[in-house]
Amino acid sequence: MKSSILVFPGTNRERDVAHALVRAGSAEPAYVWHHDTSLPPSDLIVVPGGFAHGDYLRCGAMAARSPIMPAVIEAAAKGVPILGICNGFQVLCESGLLPGALMRNAALKFVCRDVTLEVATSDSPFTHSLAKGHRMTVPVAHHDGNYFADPETLKALEDGDRVAFRYVDNPNGSINDIAGILSENRRVLGMMPHPENATDPKIGRIDGQGLFTAIATALEGAAA
Amino acid sequence: MTIANTAITPEIVAEHGLTPDEYDRVLDIMGREPTLTELGIFSVMWSEHCSYKSSRVWLKKFPTERPWVIQGPGENAGVIDIGDGLAAIFKIESHNHPSFIEPYQGAATGVGGILRDVFTMGARPIANLNALRFGAPDHPKTKHLVSGVVAGIGGYGNCVGVPTVAGETEFDPAYNGNILVNAMTVGLARADRIFYAKAAGIGNPVVYVGAKTGRDGIHGATMASAEFNEDSEEKRPTVQVGDPFTEKLLIEACLELMAEDAIVAIQDMGAAGLTSSSVEMSDKGGTGIDLDLDKVPVREEGMTAYEIMLSESQERMLMVLKPEATEKARAIMEKWELDYAEIGFVTDTGRLRLSKDGEIKADIPVQPLVSQSPVYDRPYLPTPPRAVLAPEETTAPGDLMQALVRLMGGPNLSSRRWIWEQYDHLIMGDTAIRPGGDASVVRVRDTDKALALSVDCTPRYCYADPVQGGRQAVAECWRNITATGAQPLAMTDNLNFGNPERPEIMGQFAGCVVGMAEACDVLDFPVIGGNVSLYNETAGQAILPTPVVGGVGVLDDIEKRVPIAYGAEGLTLIEIGANTGWLGSSRYLRDIEGEDKGAPPPVDLALERKTGDAVRGLIADGLIEACHDISDGGVLVAVTEMALASRIGADIAPDAALPLHAWAFGEDQARYVVATNAPDTVIERLAALDIPATSLGKTGGTTLTVGSGMTISLDSVAEAHEGFFPTLMGE
Repeated sequence: MKSSILVFPGTNRERDVAHALVRAGSAEPAYVWHHDTSLPPSDLIVVPGGFAHGDYLRCGAMAARSPIMPAVIEAAAKGVPILGICNGFQVLCESGLLPGALMRNAALKFVCRDVTLEVATSDSPFTHSLAKGHRMTVPVAHHDGNYFADPETLKALEDGDRVAFRYVDNPNGSINDIAGILSENRRVLGMMPHPENATDPKIGRIDGQGLFTAIATALEGAAA
Repeated sequence: MTIANTAITPEIVAEHGLTPDEYDRVLDIMGREPTLTELGIFSVMWSEHCSYKSSRVWLKKFPTERPWVIQGPGENAGVIDIGDGLAAIFKIESHNHPSFIEPYQGAATGVGGILRDVFTMGARPIANLNALRFGAPDHPKTKHLVSGVVAGIGGYGNCVGVPTVAGETEFDPAYNGNILVNAMTVGLARADRIFYAKAAGIGNPVVYVGAKTGRDGIHGATMASAEFNEDSEEKRPTVQVGDPFTEKLLIEACLELMAEDAIVAIQDMGAAGLTSSSVEMSDKGGTGIDLDLDKVPVREEGMTAYEIMLSESQERMLMVLKPEATEKARAIMEKWELDYAEIGFVTDTGRLRLSKDGEIKADIPVQPLVSQSPVYDRPYLPTPPRAVLAPEETTAPGDLMQALVRLMGGPNLSSRRWIWEQYDHLIMGDTAIRPGGDASVVRVRDTDKALALSVDCTPRYCYADPVQGGRQAVAECWRNITATGAQPLAMTDNLNFGNPERPEIMGQFAGCVVGMAEACDVLDFPVIGGNVSLYNETAGQAILPTPVVGGVGVLDDIEKRVPIAYGAEGLTLIEIGANTGWLGSSRYLRDIEGEDKGAPPPVDLALERKTGDAVRGLIADGLIEACHDISDGGVLVAVTEMALASRIGADIAPDAALPLHAWAFGEDQARYVVATNAPDTVIERLAALDIPATSLGKTGGTTLTVGSGMTISLDSVAEAHEGFFPTLMGE
């Protein structure tokens, strides 16, 4: 599996997700600088967490207009799987690859804690090996993770089985307890929690590994 | 060019915080009247903050050397060898006054400053810690200060992507008018790739990188702005404003540049900005430096030499580069969208020469500026000893378990979750023991090693008996690291005290330093850097003496760590160390009985050493499932904290030889509670070393039971414990 990880000024979880991918069997991922205009051959594109451009203006808004983004949007149109985590989810929403928006947490404070997620659909390259209803404990770490979409969009997400994960104990006020959503073609996933920080038995958190293993097997299967 | 001249009046000298004697010394060194810019430079370099003039004679007492110390005090941060060719680099620093004036920015820039001290030396920062002290919870400013400081620390640390993994927070009316915000950063580097601040290579370029220079923070401490300015608007000191986004870029850019063979010397621009960085680099290298201030990137037009030199704008670095590396360095800074400017060069004159607008604005001999800075051996009055308080002389609570709930739900022993959930403590994915235990444990990436990190101080002990309090601060930090199974290696200190010109305050300072030095020596826990913050008082009311200790230990196998949570039913809880029911200066007396009396518990350092080494050995041999040091609140609070962390109850028996409350809440030192599956082996091994060990009881159930019949549900303790902060903050 060849993965590319986008790096904006202010991105700060790129190494975390690289480690998770390598643990799942990926080759060493390529870091792609925001000023680049093309991507190396990629089976997976990751938009990692952080504070791209300082989250000044609006989370993800400037990053979504980076020189690299047209190449990402083009890859998405070709069906290359794209995973956006936390700030990456915000970037994907701002770039139009995913619907809705992430608002300030309902409690108005940054929150870093373990949350329990429930897999809401197995129908995606990211969740195909996770049973619907499967629960996993992974951390969140964000100030703006309160997912919102207008009723029409929300209906489309729910009717289309495009909610990937829901919070069991909603930490930020997200509508319908939504923690992660899929694009219409189910090949773009945006999620606020950080499965990449729960992939290491020696640290004592491993529940996030399933997602990366699922991606690796899906992509290897596709390549074979 | 000519020397620019402004008449220096005694008023201007006084406004710069220099005494007439100190100014005479300036005249001696200069051989003429200084320019205003020169006076400003002397003023900041000789300020208490930069020169340590009141503390230096005492700081020499600290043991600073051990075989594993690579760099002790005197650089941006201290460096220790942690094996496998790796080094841990760390330091603690205060940002007390700015945080009181503007809590968010004050605390945020405190974090930014200490991060720079660490990555300046070539380290990637991997953990932040903080030690916070606020006034009484019901003081009108407290809530605002707590909310701002916590948001500021989080806002900065979260954005730069360094986990905030540990800390301590205390409330006491002594901090009503002067809170304490001490921030610590720990970084990792290759032991053979450490960067220092020693300028070298005559003619080498001096390069400025990072953010632009503005008028923020100019001379904030000493200058009353209006009196001597031609343009008072322009010289108004303001609180510095932090930009963690720029800091993040600066970290990545510096680390990228450090991977090249480009840097001769590097120093961050912290307190006293461009002044202290250029002076320190040339002093350490025995060189001179010429700077053309017209080349300094500025944020505002019309800045004077004085303002440029004294600005404390954040997120800036000064470097001496190899001449052939400048284009590479420029390219890296441009990639990260940071300013890069060659503003001068290293000379052999031994002088700091500053030019601007075609004039020489300052021309100071560097060596005398540094080495002839004033040093005061200030008179001190030792704190009179307090009488030892027998357990029988204290008031027992009507109901032990209710007293326990009040302590666990009180300002000082309640859960700090409200704070640390606002800090990203998991980024980097290496946090193995999170905030809320003894020390936090962070893995060293790509190895099986981990660092154990803790910050500690018990100011009420330091107030009652500075020597014992100083010892205890070091011992508690060392114990917290030990309780995870790690070997404590070195510490950094943040000495927060009142006005050193008052002999009783100087007596507190001297006593604490003596006690700390003794403890460092016996525990082989050297001081490798630190910070002194004096004049922490408002309207003659000094803070409690607060010498905060930030310690680092190493665990060779991260899987051998133990938490405070015991995680299973049916384990035996053992109290290690002797419990004499020492209630003098205890948390119980202060928070439950409202009394501040009695000598604090004495710290027998040899016993600390022996007990801690034994506990660490038991952990290394896999005999211990959980371990917690006994400190504030005594053995019952320690067991309760373990039970809360485990969400499993416990049933323990008191020592019938002691008054119940003294057994429960006494604060004798050199003690731990461990949970084990092998109680006989543990007790035998400790008996062989003459270390007292008492079986307290067993883990299990959903209640906490003491003796026969004193029972409380763990849920009700948890509710009180978790409730304090949200209630205080009005949530």
